[in-house]
Amino acid sequence: MSIDLSQFHQIFYEESYEGLDSMESCLLDIDCSNVDMESINTIFRAAHSIKGSSGTFGFKDVAAFTHVLETLLDQIRDGSRDIEPDHVDLFLQSVDCLRNMLAQLQADEPVTTDQSNVLIDAFNAILDGSADSQGGGVLSEQETSESSVENDSGDDGGESIWQIHFVPEINMLRTGNEPLRMFRELRELGALTVTALVDKIPAFEGINPEECCVGWDLLLDTTAHKSAIEDIFEWVVDDAELTIDEVAGLFGTSSVDDLESTVSEKTPDQTLEKNVEVETSITKKIAPKSPPKAPEALSIRVGTDKIDSLVNLVGELVITQSMLGQLGEEFTMDKLARLQEGLAQLEHNTRDLQESVMRIRMLPISFSFSRFPRMVRDLSRQLDKKVELVLIGEQTELDKTVMEKIGDPLVHLVRNSLDHGLEVPAERLAAGKSETGTITLNAFHQGGNIIIEITDDGAGLNKEKIRKKAVESSLIGEKDLLTDEQVNDLIFRPGFSTADEVTDVSGRGVGMDVVRRNIQELNGTIEVSSEEGKGSVFTIRLPLTLAILDGQLIRLGEQKYIIPLVSIVESLQPCAEDINHVAGGCDVFKLRDDYIPIIKLWEIFGVEPSTKELSESLLVVLDAGADKVALVVDDLLGQQQVVIKSMESNYKKVEGVSGATILGDGTVSLILDISDMIRMAGAYHKSSKVVSINGRHRAA
Amino acid sequence: MTLAEQPSLESVDEKIGGNTLVEDENLEQYLTFIMNGEEYGVDILSVQEIRGWEPVTPIPNAPVHVKGVVNLRGIIVPIVDLRAKFNLDSVEYGPLTVVIVLRVSFEDGERVMGVVVDAVSDVYGLSLEDMQAAPDLGDHVNTSYIRGLAAVDEKMIIVLDIDALLENDMRNPTELNVVH
Repeated sequence: MSIDLSQFHQIFYEESYEGLDSMESCLLDIDCSNVDMESINTIFRAAHSIKGSSGTFGFKDVAAFTHVLETLLDQIRDGSRDIEPDHVDLFLQSVDCLRNMLAQLQADEPVTTDQSNVLIDAFNAILDGSADSQGGGVLSEQETSESSVENDSGDDGGESIWQIHFVPEINMLRTGNEPLRMFRELRELGALTVTALVDKIPAFEGINPEECCVGWDLLLDTTAHKSAIEDIFEWVVDDAELTIDEVAGLFGTSSVDDLESTVSEKTPDQTLEKNVEVETSITKKIAPKSPPKAPEALSIRVGTDKIDSLVNLVGELVITQSMLGQLGEEFTMDKLARLQEGLAQLEHNTRDLQESVMRIRMLPISFSFSRFPRMVRDLSRQLDKKVELVLIGEQTELDKTVMEKIGDPLVHLVRNSLDHGLEVPAERLAAGKSETGTITLNAFHQGGNIIIEITDDGAGLNKEKIRKKAVESSLIGEKDLLTDEQVNDLIFRPGFSTADEVTDVSGRGVGMDVVRRNIQELNGTIEVSSEEGKGSVFTIRLPLTLAILDGQLIRLGEQKYIIPLVSIVESLQPCAEDINHVAGGCDVFKLRDDYIPIIKLWEIFGVEPSTKELSESLLVVLDAGADKVALVVDDLLGQQQVVIKSMESNYKKVEGVSGATILGDGTVSLILDISDMIRMAGAYHKSSKVVSINGRHRAA
Repeated sequence: MTLAEQPSLESVDEKIGGNTLVEDENLEQYLTFIMNGEEYGVDILSVQEIRGWEPVTPIPNAPVHVKGVVNLRGIIVPIVDLRAKFNLDSVEYGPLTVVIVLRVSFEDGERVMGVVVDAVSDVYGLSLEDMQAAPDLGDHVNTSYIRGLAAVDEKMIIVLDIDALLENDMRNPTELNVVH
């Protein structure tokens, strides 16, 4: 049978990465004083299947490395060794090492084994150390614990004869294992004599080709280590009666001959038959899982419930379509009401379908959160801090693209909280707080947005220090009066860092501005609120998806623009007396008790409006993070869902514009980027010497 | 096949193969267009399609020669007016005004964009030897986007390096000039 194994490589990588992820999360959960056997088993299973499949695909380095890993795990699993914190560290490093190896394999690069060799040595040191203290038998697997101490001498590599007693369970063939293959591999190790134990084979009419009723006694004359033999049987040890004993010297050669003479001819035939069976079962097992695809295609796992709902919706769509088709064939005016009804139904179906399709792209944010336990653990050791990480709302769903892009900013924020936010245990105790600091990651939906909060109970932002640093780096003037919020906002400025020393972790001042920019690129916002001595909260607000947006179409002169509906608070026609002119060019509008700055799109976009008279225009009040602004437009047109198209794919980033869309009539309309626009307006007014940080105004 | 026949066949093969090779190596096809009476050429392999002029959506704060963006079967394509780019007098766009949609490759990938020209002229095969390097016109005239000047039937064709010509307009600013 010839299967092009390379087509399964992608699946192998994905499954291996998943296995590594689960290993990592279990390792992080392990409490060495009170070991949960289930998590050890999970780790073992993951390592075991990585080893098995990498062996199958011929990734020998990976297989060899995982094997060592597995040996130690196995000892821990069967209780012959207690897990120690050092082991956990070593395992975690191995997980990293395996990730690197897999990444190299995936990129078709040669696998570097430097790191793995170091780790293998470390593992062997642990294994050997215990062999001394606990006597022989440690190196052997669980099922061969009865093997004698002398066996270890066989491991030295001298020629020896091994007697292997192998009676598989009746179901072995169904699990895809193939005795013939194992024997073939054994034969490669040395001269092999096989004796079939046929006493359990039922009468001919009772034979079920899928059942294996044969056992074998094997004699192997080899120089190979016992572990090499065990390797061959490793897939079946749990479901078989297996003993491997060294017999050289105990049995004379004559007994070997005796055994040989009892070999039944029935064995090869039957196994051959099974051979076919097993092969087909393998294909069946793999085929539905992996339609042939381009090796580098990125895949996404989708729950079957999502697919079922899609199928249902498409079914409904087909019904509506045929109904409309029938109606159209013999249409008379009296059927108009039914036509409209059908169209409404079509609209309903399309919207549902769209939502379902979008849901396919949604993944729980745990994909992004899952890396933090490890990171926090490593960092807290590095920084000598005690940290507890709390993850809330891991099941909150988020668009895959957004998720990929939010990963790095989140890492940065968590690092910052750990490094700058949380104090060292001594300081915490002195401040009357518990020794262990807490970092909480919380994700939840709010309206059309997803909110991610990163909360720490550390020292909070030191406003005086920030102010001082900002004055030093001349980001603000010495006498500028800033609200608390504006001070906090300073940390997002390029080049700003309050760390006295630059550490490995952070402090180079190339952080928060990049974080903010990345989040803004996703049409999101980030804010920080902080109470000195109590901690800080970073709040990230992101749109659920990047592909579709509910938009409000507005007109300015001859141009039509789209404003994201989520940022619109209200629209109104202003009275002339509510508009005040602040010296220097910025107008403010009195909305109930607040004064909010007015942004004139024609100033920052250089477009000619129908009228520059504010009282004849409409004001659209926009919510940009904490503050509100009013945008002057000529007219409000319809509301519609728009598909966001990138301007950058063929042009470049346009200031104040987050993308473009195609309207019903085929023309292009630009989507306004509110926060970018406010910034532009701020710059516009700054150039006209108006004191207005960020174009924002805070009403008392 | 006899031994005597073989060499002659081979030599014929060589001749044919050789000739076509020479053509492939040295002759490149150029689409030419007219602007202000001058004829300009672009590598025909970069031309995706030729369309009539249609109204564009202007981009705020874009350079004068970037007229705006249009919807080309679902993708957003910027339109550059070569007259404005070359500081020529602007003309009214009419039904004969033509947009050549080009695929240009920049450092960061391939882009699709349209250029507005007066009219499309012809397709010529030109070899590099036919081409003469652009004259050095001093500091105030940028000739880096002229691949060369070629003479065809007593006419001069200005062969453009379209990638170099358009790249500056389309490059993202390396750092968004964040002004607070």
